[in-house]
Amino acid sequence: MKQKIAFYWCASCGGCEEAVVDLGEVILDIVEKVDIVFWPVAMDFKKEDVEALQDGEILASFINGAIRFSEHVEMVELLRRKSQLVFAFGACACFGGIPGLANACSTDELLKYVYEEAPTVENPDGVRPTPGYEVNGVKLGVPEFLERCKPLDEVIDVDYYIPGCPPSVNVIVDALNALLEGELPPKGSVIASQKSVCHECKLNATKPEKILLKSFKRVWEAEPEPDKCLLAQGFLCLGPVTRGGCGALCVKGNMPCTGCFGPLDGVMDYGAKALSYIASIIDSADEEEIEKILEKIPDPLGLFYKYSLPKSLLDGIRK
Amino acid sequence: MSADNSTDFEPKIVGIFCNWCAYMAANLAGTARMLYPPNLRVIRVMCSGRIDPQFVFYAFKNGADGVLLAGCHHGDCHYIEGNVKCLRRYKLMKKILPQFGIEPERLRLEWISASEADKLRKVVGEFVEELKKLGPLGFRGVELEVVEAEKQVRI
Repeated sequence: MKQKIAFYWCASCGGCEEAVVDLGEVILDIVEKVDIVFWPVAMDFKKEDVEALQDGEILASFINGAIRFSEHVEMVELLRRKSQLVFAFGACACFGGIPGLANACSTDELLKYVYEEAPTVENPDGVRPTPGYEVNGVKLGVPEFLERCKPLDEVIDVDYYIPGCPPSVNVIVDALNALLEGELPPKGSVIASQKSVCHECKLNATKPEKILLKSFKRVWEAEPEPDKCLLAQGFLCLGPVTRGGCGALCVKGNMPCTGCFGPLDGVMDYGAKALSYIASIIDSADEEEIEKILEKIPDPLGLFYKYSLPKSLLDGIRK
Repeated sequence: MSADNSTDFEPKIVGIFCNWCAYMAANLAGTARMLYPPNLRVIRVMCSGRIDPQFVFYAFKNGADGVLLAGCHHGDCHYIEGNVKCLRRYKLMKKILPQFGIEPERLRLEWISASEADKLRKVVGEFVEELKKLGPLGFRGVELEVVEAEKQVRI
């Protein structure tokens, strides 16, 4: 009998699903070896079909997206029960991702903006979603909005992590091959490179031994020279502190790394590490000059925690 | 719970001190039997340049109401410019803390030489007073008023 695998999405943009489709013909080799028993974006299986399976009957579930609603919790708990292995798939499931940036605001601020203040919204009665509502004896409801956006491993036990926004094809193929050939690394491993993005970057050869910058450039301000290390040019490239595996894809497209593969092993807080390294290359010892240079970083939280705010040490410390 | 200004609040301060100057100053203060508030818990690092922002954030997450970083005066660093690196990181940390709803005043950097035990005593005293005014730092699940004025403009 063929092994079973499942795909699921939580608070996600669909990019991770796209990444699976990007596997192209490789996916044909995979479905020869496994049955896909659940994949809401592409196949017509329902929750009941998953419930009907034995516990542990699914070999592996690949879950993308952050945990934002009570429905996500319910579904991932179900998949955890039915699966031998759970892979956190993509930056949102691994670290909270872009939806996790919402944690910079309180739940009330978010709902107020989305349901009342956004320029395209007309809601004179100030209607907000309510989890439960009864009409003609029928109970209606929408899933509950959780107080924080969470990475997957805050809700269920996660066996492996496949980072990226979205994970690149080679990383997904590596993970699937390791799974099907029974060559998985120890539990808790991140399936990507063990080295930073710079190691894979074609511009690494042009990176000077020591970088010190008098000013930072933001991507909209200047056009990068194509054959020179972006960091040496002053662009805030997070490659040095970000896990590789993507093949320095963004840099190939003349964009600095924004850190979607997350931290390297042994790092507790990605943003703190990124902040530490960016600050240390400022070429000044004068307080005022340092502050002036830092004006080019108007939103450090958005820059350093773009994909990892829910995983940060300070997230939710004050609400 | 709103900001607690009552006098019985004793802030917890984590001090991360450079081995060659501030830690020596703390040592001197001890041998000289100087009195300063007992709110400070000191961690020794070899250089203020070793202070990883993760240490600071970890301290806040685990119950510190304030974090005091201390290193050598400019030009005196045992490792030439570790203290300058600390200054740069400190400036950027001050900028990011309000985005987490933490008052930047809870993080403080001081240059204290090995002979400045009295400066250390003064700095700790001032910092304790300031933190008493700010009240305890909240933890997850504890409701505290976010100081709106200190939240930076999000871009």
